[in-house]
Amino acid sequence: MTNHWIDIKNANVVVIMGGNAAEAHPVGFGWVTEAMEHNNAKLVVVDPRFNRSAALADCYAPLRSGTDIAFLLGLCRYLIETKQVNYDYVKAYTNASYIVRDDFEFNEGLFSGFDDKSRTYDKETWYYELDEDGYAKVDDTYEHPRCVWNLLKNHVDRYDFKTVSDITGTPVEDYEKVCALIGSTHVHNKAATFLYALGWTHHTKGAQNIRSMALVQLLLGNIGVLGGGVNALRGHSNVQGATDMGLLCQNLPGYLKLPNDNDTDLATYLGNYTPKALRPGQTNYWSNYPKFFISQMKSFWGENATAANNFGYDWLPKWDLQYDYTKHIDMMYHGQVNGYFVQGVNAINSMPNRNKTLAALCKLKYLVVMDPLATETSVFWKKAGEYNNVDPSDIQTQVFRLPTTLFAEEEGCIVNSGRWMQWHWKGANPPGESKPDAEILSGIMMQLRELYKAEGGVLPEPIDAVKWDYHNPHTPHGEEVAKELNGIDLKTGKQLDSFSQLKDDGSTSCGCWIYSGSWTEQGNMMARRDNSDTSGKGITPGWAFSWPANRRVLYNRASCDVNGKPWDPSRVIVEWTNGKWHGIDVGDFNMKLSPKESAHPFIMQPEGVGRFFALKMLAEGPFPEHYEPMETPIGTNPLHPNVISNPAVRMLPGVAETLGSHKEFPYVCTTYSLTEHFNFWTIHCRLAAISMPETFVELDEILAAEKGINNGDWVKVSSKRGSLLTKALVTKRLQPLKVNGQMVHTVGLPRHGGYNGLTRRSSSCNVLTTEVGDANTQAPEYKAFLVDITKAEGV
Amino acid sequence: MDRRQFFKLCACGATTSAISALGLMPGTAMAAPREYKLLRAKETRNNCCYCSVGCGLLMYSNGSNGKNAEQAIFHIEGDADHPVNRGALCPKGAGLVDYVNSPNRNHFPEVREPGSNEWKRISWNEAFSRIARLMKDDRDENLIEKNSDGTTVNRWLSTGMMTSSAQPNEGGFITHKFARSLGLVAIDTIARN
Amino acid sequence: MSAQDIILSSGTSELTPAAQVRRKLSKVAKLFDATKCSGCKACQVSCSEWNDLRAPVGSFQGSYQNPMDLSSECWTLMKYNEIEQDNKLRWNFTHSACMHCADPACLTACSTKGAIVQRANGVVDFESDKCTGCGYCVSACPFNVPRLDPIDQKAYKCSMCSDRLQVGQEPACVKSCVTGALKYGTREDMLFIADLRIKELHKQGFTKAGLYSPEGVGGTGMMMILHDVSQPENYGLPADPKTSVPVKLWQDVVKPLGTAGILATVAVACLHRITVGRNIVEEDEPAAFDHTHSDKSDKE
Repeated sequence: MTNHWIDIKNANVVVIMGGNAAEAHPVGFGWVTEAMEHNNAKLVVVDPRFNRSAALADCYAPLRSGTDIAFLLGLCRYLIETKQVNYDYVKAYTNASYIVRDDFEFNEGLFSGFDDKSRTYDKETWYYELDEDGYAKVDDTYEHPRCVWNLLKNHVDRYDFKTVSDITGTPVEDYEKVCALIGSTHVHNKAATFLYALGWTHHTKGAQNIRSMALVQLLLGNIGVLGGGVNALRGHSNVQGATDMGLLCQNLPGYLKLPNDNDTDLATYLGNYTPKALRPGQTNYWSNYPKFFISQMKSFWGENATAANNFGYDWLPKWDLQYDYTKHIDMMYHGQVNGYFVQGVNAINSMPNRNKTLAALCKLKYLVVMDPLATETSVFWKKAGEYNNVDPSDIQTQVFRLPTTLFAEEEGCIVNSGRWMQWHWKGANPPGESKPDAEILSGIMMQLRELYKAEGGVLPEPIDAVKWDYHNPHTPHGEEVAKELNGIDLKTGKQLDSFSQLKDDGSTSCGCWIYSGSWTEQGNMMARRDNSDTSGKGITPGWAFSWPANRRVLYNRASCDVNGKPWDPSRVIVEWTNGKWHGIDVGDFNMKLSPKESAHPFIMQPEGVGRFFALKMLAEGPFPEHYEPMETPIGTNPLHPNVISNPAVRMLPGVAETLGSHKEFPYVCTTYSLTEHFNFWTIHCRLAAISMPETFVELDEILAAEKGINNGDWVKVSSKRGSLLTKALVTKRLQPLKVNGQMVHTVGLPRHGGYNGLTRRSSSCNVLTTEVGDANTQAPEYKAFLVDITKAEGV
Repeated sequence: MDRRQFFKLCACGATTSAISALGLMPGTAMAAPREYKLLRAKETRNNCCYCSVGCGLLMYSNGSNGKNAEQAIFHIEGDADHPVNRGALCPKGAGLVDYVNSPNRNHFPEVREPGSNEWKRISWNEAFSRIARLMKDDRDENLIEKNSDGTTVNRWLSTGMMTSSAQPNEGGFITHKFARSLGLVAIDTIARN
Repeated sequence: MSAQDIILSSGTSELTPAAQVRRKLSKVAKLFDATKCSGCKACQVSCSEWNDLRAPVGSFQGSYQNPMDLSSECWTLMKYNEIEQDNKLRWNFTHSACMHCADPACLTACSTKGAIVQRANGVVDFESDKCTGCGYCVSACPFNVPRLDPIDQKAYKCSMCSDRLQVGQEPACVKSCVTGALKYGTREDMLFIADLRIKELHKQGFTKAGLYSPEGVGGTGMMMILHDVSQPENYGLPADPKTSVPVKLWQDVVKPLGTAGILATVAVACLHRITVGRNIVEEDEPAAFDHTHSDKSDKE
């Protein structure tokens, strides 16, 4: 979230789209009702289903799953056409006036530089025109035909109401209402917030869904202000922390990059990731990249990281391909993987295409499952009727199941989606011999170290060098690691106050630069519990620690005009008065500089402004474009029939054959969470099992009548990849939509089925889903795929 | 009022009055509410482990936290001081006590041998030694030190890791160091999903 | 709140009044605002958690509602109704639990001394150890709330968490409510808040919005704000709940006679016990209640 949970109360319009806050983030949704009650806010819900968020909405609009981009680009067109644009903001803080290279093109669904064979773009042309100093050229008159503003206007011009309605199925009347409500926040004294989660990321164009919304928010001037922002509600309790910790195949902690084969040495690597400013006088905060990276290497390798050995740079593995789990499971499936660790994830239920994942796990030599619960993943080798139809004697995988503690039995910090680092305390010992994950991995690490010392082996150096100097290396204490993450001045031995103190000469050590300030010489800032909110705007600076720098609202410089005067006097975060900056939050800029000297608000960008035109950041284009889901119910793309779906999607060999056509599988299936359950964890929780004991499939009354299905009947839902039996919930809350001249029915499947818990045994929805994912993130398509549904007899 | 209702009425009056008269009623206890169950229970602050709203929790365990008592959590409710949830919890959070005390918790390290149909309990030492052995054999055989261009790449692709997004950051950092120092590239979290 | 704070007690007549000290204690109330409820079930789960109740794990029966009914192991239940009105779909959520009537039919119907009491703060509470399991509270309740436990044959229902109330806390359901649809406080405060909210709803165009606290039971200690108070059936609520005829008769006619007639009815009672046996409420009860909450999982 650019903002945070409490800040939702400052919004005038709350848009829930690509998420279902009332069900997936119910307590966070409490701040939506707070805004409605005390700020007279209007709630807009756009979703294929009339869900529990929609139940409280002022305005609900249905849309066909997988068409959010068309919906949002139509909204952009409407805002521009009706002049409901925050022009002051757009002029000052976006790249609307920047001039794009003259060889950049968009034609019939493709941007310039596409290579058909590799399904990738050469992004060379997706860039600004630069002047002789290397700065981007701008045209403040907005007359240049290739300035971003004109390109944007031209790009969204195709998305008129009728076209949008034709693609999305949203009735024009509903669409107009949504547009008008959101458009009303273009004025300085109103803000809209967008709340989204897996409903936008679980698509083959998830990142572009979010980009489309960011375009809307920039047009309205809603980023960096109270009650506005781009707010990813996120998923697991510490998924924010896990991504901060760089637990992704191409990351290092603090959003630094794991080097790849092109980063042949340290100097090249630093050169590749330390951007040069694209406009004069910009902060360009990533210019500090070397300080963050070298300090991190000191926390990885300790004294073994020296200038002479490039701070251990070569010990880091380099990637040649994106080895996300889809790719790695595919390798496993093809017999190229021997070992796998599954830590706190029920992989066989969570990963797409269950049948393939099962076959892949069967090919492993060893599997290590670390989990507090007896997950289906840990017993993938065991027959469980139709739910897991295997023969254990055929499966040669050694499986270790290691019991871990859970939150109540360990101390440490987890980070919520508002970036709050909150410290928690242990309440009881875990059952039996369970251990925290850190202890288990340390136990294995210490054993490996001994083995390498005793036997030698390939590349023993990093195993020996890795900094594991905890008081007891077998049981690293949360406090020790938290201090390591904050960072330390190696000369004085003192905890750092902030990342501004980091050095690139090896004299500071810091595990994760954005966490600097979380455990200073003053102590554990994450454990602070002063909940006072003196401004009344929901800023509680004394509660926990909000990275970075205890800042609660990111890009908050954008809440003022260029002279430091707040756009809205009732919505002040920071303000320049009497020759000084004042504010209720830590400024997201150098508060020692005057407005004239200070730079633009988007300090992480080398040009300091928000981007309507995303340059080379995304795989499928600098502007979003509507592409159909890989499995489309209409079999075409009304905008460009030759480019139907996302052209830049990664297609692993053999996967195309697992995609179904609308002729065989005519209905759209979408999956989601229910309020009562959390993924597959709560199937082991009796109270949750009582409140929702069994999964089901939701379908509309017309489809049910056509298929002779009654409420509560057993039905079979099948995709090209598999089928499952479940019970039908026939509901008015789903309605067929008219799309491209045909009626499209959507069925909905909760993501909570399991056969090893306290709930009724059932299949999980990933029996049906495909591993094809977002072209940038590889997040799998769980929200728009095709199925058939029939009444099941004799169950 | 039909006959059946009248009969019910009479029967009701008769039975209960009769029982009272015969002295079969429970003793003299007056109508005191159930004892408040948290009096003096140990209270620990925590955060909900489910979604990323990060609600504050108060966990109650029995025992005084003295050296001879084994704490067991018997009740969890929202922390009213927490600025986000202000005491509230969703149905998942409200039921956390049954998650902590789930009958499906794992208790001991176990191994399932190739082709076997059952778990076998093992010690932590055995688990660490056997896993480290398997890892080392695989790493020594499959670690790629240089790519075809001769660039040092030091990657180990034949073992991978799906990491937790519920463990604390500190565990996450240990996980990261563990993985990268061994040369693992194929690590991922449920963040994508 | 202690044993003295009782203003009404079952099984007594004016000849044997209940303890009536501290009647000046403020009346409290729960206010459920259906127009703010997101149907999340936090109230339902926290009720079970706090009161140590675990209904059996049921199965899908065609609705989000689970368990399918209130029971001795489920005192608060969310109910779901899809309503189409003026071409618009509304998904109504009902927090279904004891209404804590000012004139409680259950208490009136109960002839066991002190098994059902009304506390000075207005809460209607069951003293289950005194309950004889006759089931008359079950039949009498116009809201169909109390339930007999199939094992101990005693009646149970929401106590408004009287154990929490006595130490100055709000009921567990109210504390957990994420949207503020449930509120707790003095009855006076709740009426004030309800009044403001209903005016606001009228302004928003819900011209039929109003407070559900039916007169037929003397008003309720759980009051509800509904989008359309003229059609409480849309929330699964009775339109005009009243203490039923036999119960009223019991209260008005039989009870005063009761004390004098106790000994005279012993013979009838014995006869009844022999010929009819225990009064069993004609309801579908879940087959197997697991009171130990012991779990037999499929854990390997």
